[in-house]
Amino acid sequence: MKTEKNRAEMIKEISGVNPLKCMKCGKCSASCPSYNEMDIKPHQFVSYVINEDIESLVNSKSLWKCLSCFACVERCPRDVKPGKLIDAARQIVVRERGNTYLDPDEIPELIDPDTPQQLLVSAFRRYRR
Amino acid sequence: MKYSYYPGCTLKNKAQDLDHYARISAEALGFELEEISEWQCCGGVYPLGTDEIATKLSSVRALNDAKEKGQDLVTLCSACHHVIKRVNDDMKNVDDIRTRANNYMALDEPYAGETKVLHYLEVLRDVIGFDELKKKVTNPLKGKKIGAYYGCLLLRPGKLMAFDDPENPKIMEDFIRALGAEPVIYPYRNECCGGYISLKEEDMSKEMCRKIEKSASGFGADMLITACPLCMYNLNKNNGDNLPVYYFTELLAEALGLKEEVEEQ
Amino acid sequence: MQRIGVFVCHCGTNIAGTVDVKKVVEMAAHEPGVVHAEDYAYMCSEAGQEKIHKAIKEKKLTGLVVCSCSPRMHETTFRNAAEKAGLNPYMVEIANIREHCSWIHKDMEEATEKAVILMRAAVAKVNLDAPLKPGESKVTKRALVIGGGIAGIQTALDIAEAGYPVDIVEKTPSIGGRMSQLDKTFPTLDCSSCILTPKMGEVNAHPLINIYTYSEVESVAGFVGDFTVEIRKKARSVDMNKCTGCGLCQEKCPSKKSLSEFNRGLSTRSAIYTPFAQAVPNVPVIDRDACIKFKTGKCGICSKVCQAGAIDYDQKDEIITEKYGAIVVATGFDMIKLDRYDEYAYSQSKDVITSLELERIMNAAGPTGGHLERLSDGKAPKEIVFIQCVGSRCADDRGKSYCSKICCMYTAKHAMLIRDKYPDTNVTVFYIDVRTPGKNFDEFYRRAVEDYGVNYIKGQVGKVIPQPNGKLLVQGADLIDSKQILKEADMVVLAAAIEPNEGVRKIATMLTASIDTNNFLTEAHAKLRPVESPTAGIFLSGVCQGPKDIPETVSQAGAAAVKAIGLLAKDKLLTNPCTAHSDELLCNGCSQCANVCPYGAITYEDKEVNDHGIRETRRIAVVNDALCQGCGACTVTCPSGAMDLQGFSNRQILAEVDAICR
Repeated sequence: MKTEKNRAEMIKEISGVNPLKCMKCGKCSASCPSYNEMDIKPHQFVSYVINEDIESLVNSKSLWKCLSCFACVERCPRDVKPGKLIDAARQIVVRERGNTYLDPDEIPELIDPDTPQQLLVSAFRRYRR
Repeated sequence: MKYSYYPGCTLKNKAQDLDHYARISAEALGFELEEISEWQCCGGVYPLGTDEIATKLSSVRALNDAKEKGQDLVTLCSACHHVIKRVNDDMKNVDDIRTRANNYMALDEPYAGETKVLHYLEVLRDVIGFDELKKKVTNPLKGKKIGAYYGCLLLRPGKLMAFDDPENPKIMEDFIRALGAEPVIYPYRNECCGGYISLKEEDMSKEMCRKIEKSASGFGADMLITACPLCMYNLNKNNGDNLPVYYFTELLAEALGLKEEVEEQ
Repeated sequence: MQRIGVFVCHCGTNIAGTVDVKKVVEMAAHEPGVVHAEDYAYMCSEAGQEKIHKAIKEKKLTGLVVCSCSPRMHETTFRNAAEKAGLNPYMVEIANIREHCSWIHKDMEEATEKAVILMRAAVAKVNLDAPLKPGESKVTKRALVIGGGIAGIQTALDIAEAGYPVDIVEKTPSIGGRMSQLDKTFPTLDCSSCILTPKMGEVNAHPLINIYTYSEVESVAGFVGDFTVEIRKKARSVDMNKCTGCGLCQEKCPSKKSLSEFNRGLSTRSAIYTPFAQAVPNVPVIDRDACIKFKTGKCGICSKVCQAGAIDYDQKDEIITEKYGAIVVATGFDMIKLDRYDEYAYSQSKDVITSLELERIMNAAGPTGGHLERLSDGKAPKEIVFIQCVGSRCADDRGKSYCSKICCMYTAKHAMLIRDKYPDTNVTVFYIDVRTPGKNFDEFYRRAVEDYGVNYIKGQVGKVIPQPNGKLLVQGADLIDSKQILKEADMVVLAAAIEPNEGVRKIATMLTASIDTNNFLTEAHAKLRPVESPTAGIFLSGVCQGPKDIPETVSQAGAAAVKAIGLLAKDKLLTNPCTAHSDELLCNGCSQCANVCPYGAITYEDKEVNDHGIRETRRIAVVNDALCQGCGACTVTCPSGAMDLQGFSNRQILAEVDAICR
């Protein structure tokens, strides 16, 4: 089992983000289209990584609500880009065997005749190893 | 003018229209799209993890193929464009990724981001020119009020995609003007439609699409155009206001007087 | 052979904490020419200088090496000490074992080794030092102030009050600057023009102040005390001496569609115009790009209506050449362009404005006559949202890295004024931090909150969304209440970052004054010489040096004036004797040195030389000592090795390199 410190370092490494650059302006949370669906808000992701509380992050609903729409990435004035931290936390989860958010068995129920290939491919990339 | 062309998997299947109309219009406009042989799926999303290499290799293969032919690489699907453009940027500017990707690929000559990646719209704007396009329009779409829906992937991150102003783009509006129609500018044109999240969180996507369509029709749009099959799917599925959504290439073909030709095929 | 003394300073623990000073002393004793070596806790102190004095006298020293801090800090101190003891001050060399050594090393052994090497190099140089004597240069008792805003006005007044003539060069048609565009000023809320206009009048009337408006600095030559400046007086097309300022020409001018620069493009002006009613001088200019007469040859109405016959379509740009002893830069600021921040919809909605535009809207002489109204439909706004830090405090390349400093206070001012005049209008301010250091500043901000009910929300805005009904939906974060807010507003005001005025880099280059990556001019010392440029004779006033408000600007303007007066009060200056000289026998007159000389100090003369018995006339480089600043560019360029710099001769530099490599 990795320590919280290890996992915080891993998130920083995978994302390439230095959370200490954050000035807590909240522009990420102001931009996020999924804000209301998230339990841990985009700006809070930064302080959770700084405080090395990764357990809360990997168990958060937010991981699966982020659209990777890059609105926070585009607008972050401090080059922190919380979207990258969220994606890194998601990577930590899906890279552990068995910890996926999408099971192939679910697919038949989720799709309809118009579902584009792009949707399935993208979802598999984000939700599974 | 001949380009390497990367259609991507959706354009071979659910989004065949996007592809067909693009090819036939290209021909009429005097450029040729030569499909890359044995291309592989781009993965749909750009891997944000800086430590991922394998997921970038299919893009590198396509890019290298174009390089070997000495051609620019044209894409059409927003997702493919986003992924390939960003991977190309990595290969050009990130030493570590370039080295590791080339180790996997074992090419005759290492690939270092030499290929220029162009979205079809960029070809229209930067190579053909919207003025020239306007001259070739035989069936101007007069009276149509069209909202351009950009979504996320073409525009952001603005610095890397270098496609247009990410907060106030105008390439699609200029395109609409060139076709003889009237562009409708509305603020949600660069907001997310929900993307892949619609697979498991349908309601979220529904809410987002509703906002986009309400904003567009509020400003007077009769229809939307998009370059992304997933945006098309989400918008259509959640269409509350009966605002039809078209691929931009379909309107292009229509304005060039080629639409029937395609339908006959 | 020199008799050299080496003095090693501990600088408390600054040096001694990392460098083994005893070891440096011990090693010094073995160096050629060294007859004395000692260390002391603070060499720069009275007691330390006394030690130097004593050693010079007792050991009959002919040269000194002081191993201490940077020569920028104490070279003068030690040179003066040497001179007092009867030694030529240019026989002193500093080995910088603090900034270049102890402060950047952690390991004592390594630091000591480096300190010894630096000492050795300095000893090698002193061995080849020769006594030098500074020359003298005159001081032209006239100052130039570049920029006619409040900073330039205050500096000019203070210098002139001390009895020295001053010229102000201002590139727009009137002095007054940004302050003339403001409505009220914080924290006292007095009217900006009411306090500025008298100063503008005072400058205009002062017998020792001469104002060149609609003019720009064209070139600068010379050096401290003796600058020669060319000023381009742009053709005004109006005779300053004849014009009575009646304003009839502006009234009758048929070309009225140019955007008013003074009103930030929110209103139009005529082609012949004064920027604002209280302009100084009250003489219009013709904007030749907009004037029908200049564009088509037909019109000439202004000339027909002018009773004074002041209109002169044939006027040409005029170049004025003047000498100055001191130059003060007061070029001011502008707001950044907002085209890369369109998430705030500045270019998509007329009702999204900058704070400076709001100043004009609130001003009685502004585009709306002082009525607060939406520019889209003229309606009174009932909900106004202010967004702070737009383009300030950014780590990306969209904005500026610094805090613009004035926005928190002027936003509190705007919010308060609006709530006072229009009590049924709600005001919301999205902020990251509220920064109000300054006398009565925080109290001012608290009044906005407590007495005027301004709603401050901690959080930034992500997007401003124009609505089909003309309203603006503001999507922001409330970080205290953990909410994403969607607020419908009638008007949005952006506190855009400020940046140094365009063109300041060009001026800095002409002045050889250093400038930072943000285009702020650099001060000689951030704490101890904040109003002087590192380039002698150049002084800094106002925002050209860094963001500041009006009280600070006026303080700094006074400080810059005092420094300029201190210079002008001198009758002559000592010049740096470390100048370049060319060896007649080696020089082949190739002109390469003159090409690289930034000071225009090198000319050529045909001289008769005696080269090993052969007399012939050759073209030879001659250096003007008064102009040469000793930069050494010529010495490294000279292909034949004829150019050499006194005090930094080629032999000395090589001796230092040899000592380091030994």
